[in-house]
Amino acid sequence: MYSQGLIGADSRTEETDEFLAAFQARIDAEEKIEPTDAMPEGYRRTLIRQIGQHAHSEIVGMLPEGNWITRAPSLKRKLALLAKVQDEGGHGLYLYSAAETLGVTREQMTEELHAGKAKYSSIFNYPALSWADMGAIGWLVDGAAIMNQVALCRCSYGPYARAMIRVCAEESFHQRQGYEIMLTLCNGTKEQKEMAQDALNRFWWPALMMFGPHDGDSAHSEQSMKWKIKRFSNDALREKFINATVPQAEFLGLTVPDPDLEWNAEKGGYDHGDIDWDEFWRVVKGDGVMNRERVQMRKDAWDNGAWVREAALAHAGKRAAKVAAE
Amino acid sequence: MALYRALIELADDHLVLGHRLSEWCGHAPMLEEDLALSNFALDLIGTARSLYAYAAEIEGKGRSEDDLAYLRNEREYLNCLLVERPNGDFAHTMLREFYFAAFMEPFWQAALASNDKVIAGIAGKAVKEMAYHMRHAGEWIVRLGDGTEESAARMQAAVVDLHPYWEELFSGGDCDALPDRAALRPAWEASVKAVFAEANLDWPEPVYGQNGGRDGMHSEVLGRMLSDMQYLQRAHPGATW
Amino acid sequence: MGDVTPLWEVFIRPRNGLAHKHVGSLHAADEALALSAARDVYTRREEGTSIWVVRSEAIAASDPARAGENFDPAEDKIYRHPTFYKIPDDVGHM
Repeated sequence: MYSQGLIGADSRTEETDEFLAAFQARIDAEEKIEPTDAMPEGYRRTLIRQIGQHAHSEIVGMLPEGNWITRAPSLKRKLALLAKVQDEGGHGLYLYSAAETLGVTREQMTEELHAGKAKYSSIFNYPALSWADMGAIGWLVDGAAIMNQVALCRCSYGPYARAMIRVCAEESFHQRQGYEIMLTLCNGTKEQKEMAQDALNRFWWPALMMFGPHDGDSAHSEQSMKWKIKRFSNDALREKFINATVPQAEFLGLTVPDPDLEWNAEKGGYDHGDIDWDEFWRVVKGDGVMNRERVQMRKDAWDNGAWVREAALAHAGKRAAKVAAE
Repeated sequence: MALYRALIELADDHLVLGHRLSEWCGHAPMLEEDLALSNFALDLIGTARSLYAYAAEIEGKGRSEDDLAYLRNEREYLNCLLVERPNGDFAHTMLREFYFAAFMEPFWQAALASNDKVIAGIAGKAVKEMAYHMRHAGEWIVRLGDGTEESAARMQAAVVDLHPYWEELFSGGDCDALPDRAALRPAWEASVKAVFAEANLDWPEPVYGQNGGRDGMHSEVLGRMLSDMQYLQRAHPGATW
Repeated sequence: MGDVTPLWEVFIRPRNGLAHKHVGSLHAADEALALSAARDVYTRREEGTSIWVVRSEAIAASDPARAGENFDPAEDKIYRHPTFYKIPDDVGHM
């Protein structure tokens, strides 16, 4: 039965070699896979994990910036920041919806996040300590995210690709919003410029870590590339980001906190210093400054809102019963 | 300066309420409501900006919208006490929103005919926003009032908690360019009554109506809100953001 | 507890004269909340002038395993297309 037209129907597939080869042939022919199509269980699981993590990143990502909405220093900045954080909520919602087409519910994904079983982008486990962090997050974090997300617009799974197209269209103002904050600070007082430099110092390396481990150390990369869930490697996107961002930092008159950063004319890109992968794994595994608080805040919002969701369902039930009785 | 003062009252109402709603961002009962509450806040702060800008122009002292929002102390804020009430739970927030929007919708409706073109212009945009706030907040009041036992109790508790504060909506500066606030009371009462009937909520016995906001006499919560909101402007005098 | 807020599919008409188009999904307990949420989530940038919401479970879909028998037989019916018919240029536009 395919009555649930938009939700992945029968997840059981007989994964014979013929089936897997036929599926790979569809991928290689650049066909999009849609929810009711037969797909290997591994493909489905990979997507559920990746889209879920992506959605969680958007939702947890609301918190560091949300921390500054009430302190935004002008009405214009307050509106822009609120609209941006609101967009992130929307993006989480689109992404949860895309994952739901694969037969998992938003409630299940939410519970996994709250139980600490689901991951999200490690950058959001760093604290947002000053107003300049709103600039740095928009400029660097959204800048890094957009590199990934533009690539994902061509992902082989239709609902994910469609969600990403919407996300990318909406995000186009986010990075500009952040950079404009940085620009204003860098043209401002000495304290403001110091604030901007400090934010760059703290967010530069975590932003580079957002692209994930080096290609050789990335557990899921190869199969994801083959299935065209992922279309560029972690390192390739990271290089692209560095090449795009370093001149932007120079324009601001800020110093990128990497003494080994150097233009390499031969490869037409920057060489950079070593990333502290110990720090990356420590934060991913739960020992960043903000991990516990972030998850607790999401859990509190969900738990404190349970009575509201229950009330809406109860009311809908009463109303349906009334209609049925008439 | 009657118009200036009346504009500040209105602008402060919108900014303070918008600020309160923005505190919800990232903490709502479901994502859909995170977006809805942010939309409420964006509407209100947007209107506050237009009102401050016009007030600053009328005042003619070269102050900006941000000077008015960020560099006045709590005694200079003229918002009514209702809008500064803490968010409380979702029931409190939706009821506060409904009370405010059910007042502002007919207010802007009447202001459409103002002989002041700037005010009529602001009203044209705001009246639609307030109609939506009323509808969405009203939807939730009905669902919470007539939902589960717990939600009904919370909704009724919100009614009791906010009962001392709604009457102040009808007070405020008189001036020719703006509608008479007191005259809007029948429309407000009719809207509230209709939603309460559908939500099975009881209208409590009259209590002493708290007021003083229009004279800058607030409860203690406003000062804390402003110290949060104004922190950067105060810590870096004269800086551009 | 344990009840799941239902999923809805959202369709937006970008402007009058165009058909409603599927734009995404959301969760809501009933029609009114679904319409409000669709407005708040999917029309923040003037995307539409009209919204439809449909319970996801109310949609029936064709079976992809039968895509061949459903859709391929139309392929060779080229006589349904205007270019199948040869009319001399002298006749003018038809």
